Amino acid sequence: MDYSNILSERAVSLKPSGIRKFFDILDEMDDVVSLTVGQPDFVTPWHIRESAIESLEQGKTYYTSNSGLLSMREEIAKYLNRRFSLNYNPKTELIVTVGGSEAIDITIRALVNPGDEVIIPEPCFVCYEPITRLACGTPVIITTKAEDNFKLTPDALRAAITPCTKLLVLPFPNNPTGAIMTAAELDGIAEVLRDTNIMVLSDEIYAELTYGRRHVSIAGLDGMRERTVVVNGFSKAYAMTGWRLGYTAAPPEVTYQMLKIHQFAIMCAPTVSQYAALEALRNGDDDIVYMVEEYNRRRRLIVSGFRSIGIDCFEPEGAFYVFPEIGKFGMPCEEFCERLLYEERVAIVPGTAFGSCGEGFARVSYAYSVRHITEALERMEAFVKKLRK
Amino acid sequence: MKTILELLEDDSRLTPEQLAVMLDKEVGDIRDLIRSFERDGVILGYKTIIDWDKTERGNVSALIELKVTPQRDRGFEKIAEKISNYDEVKNCYLMSGSFDLAVLIEGRTMNEVAYFVAEKLAPMESVVSTATHFVLRKYKDKGVVYGSVEVDERGHEF
Repeated sequence: MDYSNILSERAVSLKPSGIRKFFDILDEMDDVVSLTVGQPDFVTPWHIRESAIESLEQGKTYYTSNSGLLSMREEIAKYLNRRFSLNYNPKTELIVTVGGSEAIDITIRALVNPGDEVIIPEPCFVCYEPITRLACGTPVIITTKAEDNFKLTPDALRAAITPCTKLLVLPFPNNPTGAIMTAAELDGIAEVLRDTNIMVLSDEIYAELTYGRRHVSIAGLDGMRERTVVVNGFSKAYAMTGWRLGYTAAPPEVTYQMLKIHQFAIMCAPTVSQYAALEALRNGDDDIVYMVEEYNRRRRLIVSGFRSIGIDCFEPEGAFYVFPEIGKFGMPCEEFCERLLYEERVAIVPGTAFGSCGEGFARVSYAYSVRHITEALERMEAFVKKLRK
Repeated sequence: MKTILELLEDDSRLTPEQLAVMLDKEVGDIRDLIRSFERDGVILGYKTIIDWDKTERGNVSALIELKVTPQRDRGFEKIAEKISNYDEVKNCYLMSGSFDLAVLIEGRTMNEVAYFVAEKLAPMESVVSTATHFVLRKYKDKGVVYGSVEVDERGHEF
């Protein structure tokens, strides 16, 4: 059969993930110390798993309402208020989604018309651009820079805005750089947006994983709630990646449109996961504290480790990644990472996986044990010494 | 926040340098603190957890319940000290409940352990009775789960 005339042109035109090949090599090799994974190394806390099991024992195996269990949405509203001083109506402004990914998808699809421009600060997670393209929008890339600590600046934003700009993606705390935006810095961004009709997709999936200061949501700033869709979820805060559970918080007019897409494409998020998350929201604050402290110790260890082997490393304040600068070794980051893998059996992700501006950097995850991180650093030190010879 | 003691209890191989970085403290202060913990007998030793069943060497453990007649003035102290002196004795606890001392013995063979109980423990003057429970299998010891080597099953998000 000749599929070339059959497949959707838009699907065919999507670029496949460039990093896949690297991971395929990695999977075939033994004795590799990998720092590539973008998810917690903790198992979901037992009391949360137990709640899920109980819900199954009680036969709670039906669909929930499209937007998720009302009790769950009520707990999300309380949580957003408790942790980030945000106020949302659980009946009209919250949708429980299949992970943060679906939340991003329905946000973009509910807002973007063909030809609309979506501003995406890179380096960033890989999904915003393809989803924008699927919605027939035009991605407009802003490059955040090491000298700005990988933050989005008002000037860069202003320069990227055109009459076609519909949406700004604000992915902070950031994967892969670990950058955060402080309240004052967000205020500068809000200042640019307040008098426009531009919406913000604030991807706050790493909101709980900040070190030294609490995350601030742009939706909490004056005049921003009405133009912001907050995307969040349970994957990173509660080590629940496999449960696939996230949510959106947005004004009712936007939520109403997103809910239609969610309803027809997804129906509802998995019921068992919702019961697990209900327990996480009610009794999981201490789990977050425990994990954040653990990440923070590893973060200090890995940043100091990179610096002591002579690799510059911006000090990340959020997520669980560092983004060391490897450009000075005189080869493209993909070559650096491949050689590191073959020669010292350490796997890290080339920065270009997160946008072409990631050249010269690599993403290193510290969602690994101290022992594992230490071993990786020792091997990297040997590699770097060899390169310097 | 976890303290130095908690971190060292989890992994005693962490160096003062690593601890200093992880806790954002001066390495000199960490060294002093560890030294004072050692001096004051808060930190009593550093050991390795070994699954001897995976080695050539055999290993048998048994939990012995001892009923003991307490001595005037010294209660259980003297007998507990005496028992603790044996290298075969790995743990010795005073217990509440139907017996007095719980003693964990390790030996290479069941005979060795049985011999120790029959020849050393049971004949002691104040020991009234013993009950020996051999460990059939260890599932978890000192917080470490035995048997399985952890495999990272996490997938990539790309």
